[in-house]
Amino acid sequence: MAKTIIPIGPYHPLQEEPEFFTLTVEGERVVDIDVRIGYNHRGIEKLSEMKTFDQSTFVIERICGICSTSHPFAYTRAVEDIIPVEVPERAKYIRTIIAEGERIHSHLLWLGLAGHFLGYNTVYMWAWKLREEILDVMEILSGNRNNYAMFKPGGVRRDIKPEDIPGVIKKIDSIVPTLLMLKKAVMDDPVLHVRTKGIGILTKEDAINYSALGPTSRASGVARDVRKDSPYGAYDKVDWEMIVTQNGDVFDKVVVRILEMFESVKIMKYCLLNLPKGEIDLNLKDIPPGEGIGHIEAPRGETFHYVISDGTNRPVRHKVRAPTFMNLPTYKATVVGETISDATIILAAIDPCYCCTERMAVRNAKGRKLYSGEDLVRLSQEKTEKIRKGLK
Amino acid sequence: MAYVIYLIFYGFLLTAAIGLLASWIDRKVTARVQYRVGPPILQPLIDIVKLLGKETLVPRGASKIIFLTAPLVGLTSVMLVSTLLWVNNIDYGRGFLGDLIVVLYLLTIPSMSIIMGGFASGNPLASLGASREMKLVLSYELPFVLVAFVSVIKAGFSIRLGDILMSQAQNGVVVGSWSGILALIVAIMSVQAKLALVPFDIPEAETEIVSGPLIEYSGSGLAAYRLMKNMLLFTLPFFLMVLFMGGLRLDGVHFLYGVLKYIGLVALITVIRNTNPRVRIDQAVRFFWGPMTIIAILAVLLAFMGL
Repeated sequence: MAKTIIPIGPYHPLQEEPEFFTLTVEGERVVDIDVRIGYNHRGIEKLSEMKTFDQSTFVIERICGICSTSHPFAYTRAVEDIIPVEVPERAKYIRTIIAEGERIHSHLLWLGLAGHFLGYNTVYMWAWKLREEILDVMEILSGNRNNYAMFKPGGVRRDIKPEDIPGVIKKIDSIVPTLLMLKKAVMDDPVLHVRTKGIGILTKEDAINYSALGPTSRASGVARDVRKDSPYGAYDKVDWEMIVTQNGDVFDKVVVRILEMFESVKIMKYCLLNLPKGEIDLNLKDIPPGEGIGHIEAPRGETFHYVISDGTNRPVRHKVRAPTFMNLPTYKATVVGETISDATIILAAIDPCYCCTERMAVRNAKGRKLYSGEDLVRLSQEKTEKIRKGLK
Repeated sequence: MAYVIYLIFYGFLLTAAIGLLASWIDRKVTARVQYRVGPPILQPLIDIVKLLGKETLVPRGASKIIFLTAPLVGLTSVMLVSTLLWVNNIDYGRGFLGDLIVVLYLLTIPSMSIIMGGFASGNPLASLGASREMKLVLSYELPFVLVAFVSVIKAGFSIRLGDILMSQAQNGVVVGSWSGILALIVAIMSVQAKLALVPFDIPEAETEIVSGPLIEYSGSGLAAYRLMKNMLLFTLPFFLMVLFMGGLRLDGVHFLYGVLKYIGLVALITVIRNTNPRVRIDQAVRFFWGPMTIIAILAVLLAFMGL
């Protein structure tokens, strides 16, 4: 049968982000896939290196609009790792509350989008409507619906007022019945089962070999969660369960995310009820020279930040690795062999976040050579020399 | 002359008006179900008028004549079907022998026009959508024709729509019997697929193949397709009413019943489309050739036995 190329992207109603998949298909069946990212490179790492340690949190927060807390969280932990220093207990609890609230809203957002990709727009709209409740909670706690601006190296910027807590807990409790309703609607729908079960299976070996992260790996039976493996914040003080399923298909990825939201509600409530008294900020003044890493479990998996300080007030190098960067390559294992109809939901099942992941690749158009970092520095220096000579 | 009036007034203007209204009801109900506000009542009309004023682009690789005439072919066939249905509902005697067959044939032409337009546009996504549409037509036509046969049996083996309506007026509606109920279930599923609505919007799946066959259409071509779809939203439920529910009688309280029957059918279609995800094309084919065909055959057998 003749092979056809079906492009998804760079602009496509599937996901409103610039990404480009080239599906090679025979009839309806996908035989090969090529993934291109890099349409939206924003140079955030460089921007962050031009700001002070305190200002960087605001830039980093804007890497992603959905998991906007996971990046500052990992970054502040990296900076604290340079000194190294432990933040006050109260700050740890507040950080945990914010991170879990974000996980709930991120998973709800994904659930809605997954419904949309399957043509189930009612689930889409309902999930997003329910998401408003958790956004309201975040607004009470942080003053913002999104991009909470709560984190700073050494603590948090804003305290949770004791008088807010009963109202917030009531609001969180009100989310649970709607979550249960959504869980029932998704897990008992026979047509959804037909569309998602046994589709896009990521086997356990593949999940390990591709180093899949977060819900993507946990749905394949790989118990991998930074919150358990190397606890940070208040996660070691709360009693919660890591959700792991075994099948690795799209349905299991849905199940993992839905059940995780209940765990997040549990963690948030525990932290709010047992919020310790004390300082919320260490008021760090100087960051000594050195390097530090920070990694946390974002809604999509492990977010990893690496920061080098030379003793000045800004980072000399700041490296970000978002979870989607590790999850994207699993497409090779999951999409190939499936049909185009299923390809869209399989692509969406890892909850990809391209703007977190964007990398820049520079190619030499003639020799098709891919430039490395050092090459680019050398090229830029040669260009500067050329300009300097031109001036003379 | 009377036929021209039927064609222009009933077949086109009235059908289009009701179809646009029905599509507004569908959109509004969908919006309310989804916590949205929904469009104002004239929005479907405004959409079409706006599209008529836009530039019509023809892609470079397209076969121009087929690409531009395909929407008109579809629109015309819907008009003809609608005219035939109106003629039979207003005046039982005016139909002709075999008009049921003509209607069944004409009802496949909108799908054919979409296939034609899709392949003519020369876009890979459009041809993918067109081939999906083709598979879908092949899957739902068999049970659809089978259940139409139930009404033929009930009307004493007459293939005149007028006779089917007459016998229902005398002996009660087809859907009042067991075979009629089964037949209506199959027919509604087929209509859902004919209208390309969820769960059978496979040929136009927005998130998979970006509207499929319609991807290259713009301006008046797209307007014609939109109008065709809106008119189908009236014509197909109306056809089901004629076959199974005694049609639309214009005298007194029967007219009210007719309107209620129509609104009920549209509401059912809207509910189905809002409570299901899209299925895959192979699942759709299996669904129509498996359970739906079996139910349709069962309905025909029951009709033979007089149930």
